[in-house]
Amino acid sequence: MSTKDLAGSSIEVDGDGYLVDHKVWNREIATAIAKEEGIDPLTDRHLEVIEFMRKEYEEKGTAPSIRRLNKLNVVPTKELYTLFPGGPAKKAAKIAGLGKPHGCI
Amino acid sequence: MNDHLEPIKRVSLVVSKGSLVDVYPALVMGNGARMEGMDASIFFTFFGLGALIKKTQNSLKVATVGNPAMNMAMPMMKMPITMPFPTIMGAIPGVSNFATWMMKNEMEKLDIPTIPEFLEMFTDAGGEVYACKLAMDMFKLTREDLCDEVTSVLTVGEFYEKSAGASIIFT
Repeated sequence: MSTKDLAGSSIEVDGDGYLVDHKVWNREIATAIAKEEGIDPLTDRHLEVIEFMRKEYEEKGTAPSIRRLNKLNVVPTKELYTLFPGGPAKKAAKIAGLGKPHGCI
Repeated sequence: MNDHLEPIKRVSLVVSKGSLVDVYPALVMGNGARMEGMDASIFFTFFGLGALIKKTQNSLKVATVGNPAMNMAMPMMKMPITMPFPTIMGAIPGVSNFATWMMKNEMEKLDIPTIPEFLEMFTDAGGEVYACKLAMDMFKLTREDLCDEVTSVLTVGEFYEKSAGASIIFT
């Protein structure tokens, strides 16, 4: 556990750089994490996906899977991979301020 | 922990058997590789082709015969894992269908897609699906018999060419 300077404030993150407390998240922090992950700019479309993930996380305690995002017509799998290249589930969760995903699918 | 080691960048999986439990691991591992940002392809050969044939891909079965690891807990019957599932029981008509049905139910609960949906998800994720030319010739199959997700039909030489720099995993 360590702290990291994100968007001007000191934020607690885990060893892999995921936020420890998803409640401290805001759009500025998201933009800062996205930049580190090579996603710049963070568009409204990215935010649409991320905010849906946060909503599900708050309701159910887990972030939705890639399959679920596709099934609920939030974002088709192909587009998700384009939006978050090189590991969409992990990157999207990280930018969304959620913990590292544990699912295998 | 493994920071000093070179990360895996590409994987090529080979599936030569066609029961439900022969096909799923390759799809999970291939899709998982794409989720980690690696290149991934799956080469289906011999009975593995069943997962790609439009007429059979929805009806792959759990093999209930000749599998000494199968036990009474396995077809999700909630019985002790230490109680063996006798092969002779597995040979009774309908038992394989029943075990398959139980397993599919369990998979749906865990958000695991069906085989055709999984292939679509894998290719949407940028994974490549190959069919073995030799096995297709042997089973008298044409490209039209295979589902749309198949990227191409390859000879073994072409498969190796496409697998340059990849770890090849025979599942």
